[in-house]
Amino acid sequence: MSELVVDVAIEKPGFSLQVDESIALDRITALFGASGSGKTTLLRIIAGLEPTARGKVVFDGQVWQEDRGRTPAHERSTASSGSLRTARKRRFLPAHERAVGFVFQDTRLFTHLSVEGNLRFALRHGRFAAGFGTGSGIGMSEVVAALELESLLARRPASLSGGERQRVAIGRALLANPRVLLMDEPLSSLDTARKREIVSYIEALPERFAIPVLYVTHDIDEVARLSNRMLLLSAGRIAAQGGVGEILGRIDLWPSLERLEAGSVIEARVQRHDNGMTHLAFETGTLQIPAVDAVPGKVLRLRVHARDVAVATEYPQHLSIRNILPATIEKIDLDATVHADLLLGVGAQTLRARITRNALEDLGLTEGQQVHALIKSVLFEGRL
Amino acid sequence: MEGLDLGPVWLSIQLATVTVLVLLVIATPLAWWLAFTRTRARAVIEAIVALPLVLPPTVLGFYLLIVLGPAGAIGGFWVQLTDTTLTFSFTGLVIASVIYSFPFAVQPLQGAFEAVGRAPLEAAATLGATPMQTFARVASPLALRGYVSAIVLGFAHTLGEFGVVLMVGGNIPGSTKVVSIAVFEHVETISYADAHILSAGLLAFSFVVLLAVYALNRRIPIGAAYV
Repeated sequence: MSELVVDVAIEKPGFSLQVDESIALDRITALFGASGSGKTTLLRIIAGLEPTARGKVVFDGQVWQEDRGRTPAHERSTASSGSLRTARKRRFLPAHERAVGFVFQDTRLFTHLSVEGNLRFALRHGRFAAGFGTGSGIGMSEVVAALELESLLARRPASLSGGERQRVAIGRALLANPRVLLMDEPLSSLDTARKREIVSYIEALPERFAIPVLYVTHDIDEVARLSNRMLLLSAGRIAAQGGVGEILGRIDLWPSLERLEAGSVIEARVQRHDNGMTHLAFETGTLQIPAVDAVPGKVLRLRVHARDVAVATEYPQHLSIRNILPATIEKIDLDATVHADLLLGVGAQTLRARITRNALEDLGLTEGQQVHALIKSVLFEGRL
Repeated sequence: MEGLDLGPVWLSIQLATVTVLVLLVIATPLAWWLAFTRTRARAVIEAIVALPLVLPPTVLGFYLLIVLGPAGAIGGFWVQLTDTTLTFSFTGLVIASVIYSFPFAVQPLQGAFEAVGRAPLEAAATLGATPMQTFARVASPLALRGYVSAIVLGFAHTLGEFGVVLMVGGNIPGSTKVVSIAVFEHVETISYADAHILSAGLLAFSFVVLLAVYALNRRIPIGAAYV
């Protein structure tokens, strides 16, 4: 577990970002938000690629940047009189002195080098390069094996497919032996099939290379698949930080999640398999989903779209829906549209349901009421 | 045409070689700065760099003569320092040539660095490469075409200069009498045969160099600096 403290601010034309958070980095932490919310900027600030960012970045007690003894407000008031003094007070480690690995959205492989040349570049300049302390970290053969790069080594980056490029870029970032891997929407330029392929590589990184990952994405499916914890960024501010299931269940955050497919993430344990279905034990009942390859006892992460959850005040009969769980209405949120969003307590977990306002009124639903949640479909996201 | 003096030819080649070396040292950092700076002063500097492109060589030569002359700021200092004059000397010619050919080195380099862009440089930095390492191992190889253009154009332009040399260097055998001046002199003294040989030699040489460069440039990959 690593700790990243960011207390930073940056101004750009038409955009400002202000973040003051302590981020516990364990396995894969998602940095999630709509495009334009400042995700990439925040990642670049952490990496030292935004020299105009004010404030503090501390990784595991190591100060990467700091404006000593000055609050940003104080700094502003003295900027005209003593910009030189302010500059001297400032501590800023440039990107090449920060132990970060950065996987860019556009991969940025060096075209004048072969794939192997790109990888060796990282080894040569990275944290375990000659004269950079002792120790041997992540090695070439390890990375080549993990990302299956053997057959690509002699190729030129320009001749690789998008998915291959991204694998090389991930391998290159790892070979610099960073202490944290920053990934900026590494899947956004890939088609669905490629995405699925790369996701499985990314998923295995934290354990295989003992490195935490901060993963930027605007795709909630990637969040659910890859991360346990997430930060929600909205218009340059952190709107929330916490467990993925918890944040997606918080009704007050729904405006920030608006553009996305509203839904929830739940966890359930594999009970048994039969008739091509997998039965999952849930705190307050059981769920059936199309067979998943997981041994009984394994905990699975599942995603349920809010529009796939209906609500009944009595246990329904003669219904094709198999997944019915007793639930409590914890919160009702009426937005400006014809919909009502319900937050349902199901044991200790929460489900979101989107129904029409008419249905809400006809059924006379109120907060605190006991109901049955009808789940039309469940998406399998990953094993825990 | 017995005993044609080839001294001017070697002098021209020496002058062009030294000029190109000096140009690379000065033009590279300036081109880098122009490519990546965000200050507004950039336009002013670019305009100054481009001046030799539009000024008549005689105008440039005239000002250089003033500045480099024994009474000028730089020339006077030089006299104090070395007891020799800058004007009508090889060193003076190098200074004049560097200024005259400056845009021909700066502009291709700046264009090449701009084509490389920040993206691969940032990638190199996150991999732990210092700015100098990034410059040497990422930016320069990616900007190779810019270097080739700068060297060739700087060299060829120096070989071909006449007006500035005449103003600043004069016509001193072994010191400032370069091939273009020699051709001029041969023509003035109606030694057309000698003028022919020097001119044809220069023409052939220039063509061969340019041909080699264009052939070579086709083999240097261009396009995106990264994928």
